[in-house]
Amino acid sequence: MFSFIAEIWLFLKVRKKFWLLPVLIVLGLLGGLIVMSQGSAIAPFIYTLF
Amino acid sequence: MKILGISAFYHDSAAALLLDGEIVAAAQEERYTRKKHDAGFPQNAIDYVLEEGRIQLSDVDYVAFYDKPFLKFERLLETYVAMAPRGLNSFRMAMPVWLRQKLFLKDFLLKQFRLQQESFEPEQLLFAEHHFSHAASAFYPSPFNEAVVLTLDGVGEWATTTVAIGKGNEIDIIKELHFPHSLGLLYSAFTYYTGFKVNSGEYKVMGLAPYGEPKYRDLILDNLVDVKDDGSFRLDQSYFNYTTGLTMTNRRFAELFGQPVRQPESEQLTQFHMDIAASIQAVTEEVVLRMTRSLASEYGMANLCLAGGVALNCVANGKILRDGAFKNVWIQPAAGDAGGALGAALAAWHTEFGQPRVASSADAMRGAYLGSGFNEQQIEQELTSAGAVYTKLSCEEMIERAAQALADSKAVGWFQGRMEFGPRALGGRSILGDPRSAETQKTLYLKVKYRESFRPFAPSVLREDLASWFELDEDSPYMLLVADVKKDKRSAMTAEEEALFGIEKLNVRRSEIPAVTHIDYSARIQTVHEDTNPHYHALISEFKRLTGCGVIVNTSFNVRGEPIVCTPTDAYSCFMGTDLDVLAIGNFFLSKEEQPKDLLSDYKDRYELD
Repeated sequence: MFSFIAEIWLFLKVRKKFWLLPVLIVLGLLGGLIVMSQGSAIAPFIYTLF
Repeated sequence: MKILGISAFYHDSAAALLLDGEIVAAAQEERYTRKKHDAGFPQNAIDYVLEEGRIQLSDVDYVAFYDKPFLKFERLLETYVAMAPRGLNSFRMAMPVWLRQKLFLKDFLLKQFRLQQESFEPEQLLFAEHHFSHAASAFYPSPFNEAVVLTLDGVGEWATTTVAIGKGNEIDIIKELHFPHSLGLLYSAFTYYTGFKVNSGEYKVMGLAPYGEPKYRDLILDNLVDVKDDGSFRLDQSYFNYTTGLTMTNRRFAELFGQPVRQPESEQLTQFHMDIAASIQAVTEEVVLRMTRSLASEYGMANLCLAGGVALNCVANGKILRDGAFKNVWIQPAAGDAGGALGAALAAWHTEFGQPRVASSADAMRGAYLGSGFNEQQIEQELTSAGAVYTKLSCEEMIERAAQALADSKAVGWFQGRMEFGPRALGGRSILGDPRSAETQKTLYLKVKYRESFRPFAPSVLREDLASWFELDEDSPYMLLVADVKKDKRSAMTAEEEALFGIEKLNVRRSEIPAVTHIDYSARIQTVHEDTNPHYHALISEFKRLTGCGVIVNTSFNVRGEPIVCTPTDAYSCFMGTDLDVLAIGNFFLSKEEQPKDLLSDYKDRYELD
């Protein structure tokens, strides 16, 4: 996990995208909730964007 | 140096192996798992390419992955932030996948490789940008020393279109268009709107286009896409839903064209859908031609390399070639994401490690026959295990009998040599037929694909006979160029025939080779070369000796929705589950009437329709 955080930090630094940091922190905090909230049965009719 | 390239986790997972810069093997995971467009970790494909290279994972120096997950995640987050609060549903779908796996891709890959090789180090993992992988797959194997490299697809990380200059062993990306402005996504939006499956039905839209008139071309150009003189463009996002929703288009899009989205499979295709298909095809060609003309004059180079999913639009490719802005055009046969595995490996070899590159007059793809092959013993073993009744022949006898079967208008399963890399069957895993018969089109579809199609089959033609059958005199070994059937081979349609609609019109005898002639007299051509596929070349030559025709029908060896067959067992299973008449696997020849009746199976509903 430490190497992952270090890489994310390096990535934000290289890309000069520090403004994404709060978004990432919130995501990290909500991560468990978001993962658990998965369960939508809707199959997306969409290009694999994500 | 041994480099393994990988593409995975979106669609069309694949693996490729480079040994000291030479492309040794490449294969798609779907062929092994039998799951179309399989997006999983390509373990089977990796096992195969290592086996083909006679090495183990411990021998591999580097593994190159075909895109950069953090950059993609950045795009997702920025898009959601920009669009908030819209996009919540899409966000809820995307985040679990990312927070569970994709964000930790490096760790996941490390774990996977350490399961097999404990000493695998993080430094051995390399990541190439998605479009750089495409560009590398287009330029490095090409026969050119220098070229403009154009990649177009749905989206990678941010880029949807890139222009690069390839020289020697270097590729410099000069300019990019970014998400959400994407020609691939625009085409996919119309694929969705006309009721086909996104990311596999684009071919059908292209095949449907000749039935229609591009009536909506100006409507699209005036409202949906703003195209500049150099081919760069912007999409008006108020008509699309893919940045925030779970569909490609929205209600405004449907209102613009006056009809709702066609319901897949249940709702009939009408002239409206054909006109829509013709219109988006015309717009795509317009964009691509503006790009290539502008690039040719800007950089003054004679060569163009293409890759990315849009480069599978062989109608547009044919127009680029005929337009003449570039003297030579080379297209990566695995232009979609599978080819990214190969591109990532090549990028590591040439770009990261600066290894020199010598372009040869023939490309480095070996005819795209880079997948699994089986020797005589393996084939016999598999056929015996399956309970097949077969005759073992000499190579010459096998070719004679297969050619005679074709001349007798039989449907022939053809399984020879190594499997193709990329979406097309090129005479390694193909179903073949007689193009001269007007019935072939109909019967082959009903016998094998279980439904008629509005698309004709593709012709495989001896390279030396190409110019006598088609308005083309360039190599097209990968079935990526469309050109017209020669005028003197065409038959004029009567007024009554002209008035026919859809499949009825396709069944009219429009040329001496009706099974491969589309209603606008075009054909999706594969040229067959003695040096890359001698068996296939010999077969068509024998067919020509028997019939005077150096062209045969070539369609992929599968049923609808099934990945192309990989092993002799897959081939036998498909043979017994369809109405194929004969099967030629290596030098083994099988006739349907000689097979045990209890092995016949119902294959029709085994695969989900694509």
